[in-house]
Amino acid sequence: MTQTPKKQGEFYQRDRRWHPPAFDKDYKTSVARSPKLSLISLENTPSEITGPRFGHGDMTPIDNDLLSNYAQPDQSPIGERIIVHGRVLDENARPVPNTLVEIWQANAGGRYRHKKDTYLAPIDPNFGGCGRTMTDENGYYYFRTVKPGAYPWRNWVNDWRPAHIHVSVFGTGFAQRLITQLYFEGDPLVKTCPIVATIPDPEAVEQLIAKLDMNATIPLDTIAYKFDIVLRGRRSTLFENRLEGN
Amino acid sequence: MPQSLEYLKETPSQTAGPYVHIGLAPGAAGFQIYDQELGQDIAGPNAKGQRIRVEGLVIDGTGSPVKDVLLEVWQANADGVYPHPEHAGHESVEEGFRGWGRVITNFETGEWAFDTVKPGALMGRNGQMMAPHINLWIVARGINVGLNTRLYFDDEAEANAADPVINVIEWEKRRETLIAKRSERDGETVYRFDIRLQGDDETVFFDI
Repeated sequence: MTQTPKKQGEFYQRDRRWHPPAFDKDYKTSVARSPKLSLISLENTPSEITGPRFGHGDMTPIDNDLLSNYAQPDQSPIGERIIVHGRVLDENARPVPNTLVEIWQANAGGRYRHKKDTYLAPIDPNFGGCGRTMTDENGYYYFRTVKPGAYPWRNWVNDWRPAHIHVSVFGTGFAQRLITQLYFEGDPLVKTCPIVATIPDPEAVEQLIAKLDMNATIPLDTIAYKFDIVLRGRRSTLFENRLEGN
Repeated sequence: MPQSLEYLKETPSQTAGPYVHIGLAPGAAGFQIYDQELGQDIAGPNAKGQRIRVEGLVIDGTGSPVKDVLLEVWQANADGVYPHPEHAGHESVEEGFRGWGRVITNFETGEWAFDTVKPGALMGRNGQMMAPHINLWIVARGINVGLNTRLYFDDEAEANAADPVINVIEWEKRRETLIAKRSERDGETVYRFDIRLQGDDETVFFDI
């Protein structure tokens, strides 16, 4: 493992210009759901430095295998079999071990197993569409699933979401909590999507595009994409900035 | 060119979307897949302190309930201690106290509720005590970056008045948006906490 400083301090402030703004007129649902007043900036207290912890007792080993975690015995979901793997790191490029990663997605036809999804593509009886895992001591995680399909959604009349997987990550402190979406290299819909376009900086968008990873592909079986996730980093407390209560 | 700082950039956020329940609360999406869904019991059976219920609505800028919202709760126990190795005294936290939970709405009405224990006050920065509070994180379709806020209790007026976080809020009128209102119902203590995303009485959200 990488060396860790003796004591870690506060989280680096979130770069709000790297993240999407709350309000984006082209992502219409954000218009009435975006605060208009400024966020109040808080220096970290123990309420932000700490956060929930999870363990292997919270899940079963099959939970990260979407090819089998909802399938009937000896059956598989329809679609392109893929591995999604990578590391959870912090902004100091240190691995974040033992943290919970959860994903959810549409099936290969672009349909979600959700009572509110009415898209005409069929439900796949062998696909639930969610998975979860803990990173290992090196921050590494992996899932096996099918590549999700694109699907239409109501924004402008003819909007289609690029193929994507939703990703939720915790880290060690509540201030690191993050939900994002993984897109796939080469998908032409990425450039057309108003939700992707909420992110102002094209370089930040690149960070959400998983790369085809032939070395991790299992020949004649499953193709692989690599997706690293970066959570907020923490200061080393070289000079004490008085954070009390710990 | 100067030397480069080899920091990474945080992965940018994207909305949790309308189907967040599939990933984080599949039972609510309409199917059973996991032996155990996470976040359904915040305090556990052994928690000390006062049992309470918290309920409310998340309301958008048109005044309508946000029916597909998901909230996460993070709180200390009744002694004001978080179950986390970096918080002093964490060894004393009751077995089974997670301090964390997931809250979903009634899809028809948008009403949500959770059961927990009332947290204790705890030390904040610079030796200043923070009043009892529950940290909330709010995600939904149309919310591009999860929103952080804090819930305080209206029966802690003295502690609230001295709370260093509440006092960071310049506008006294806005501080009230963080105070949950207590009532008694069928022998149960219930706190009401409506969250307004936008408009009159917009809730205070924090950049933590």
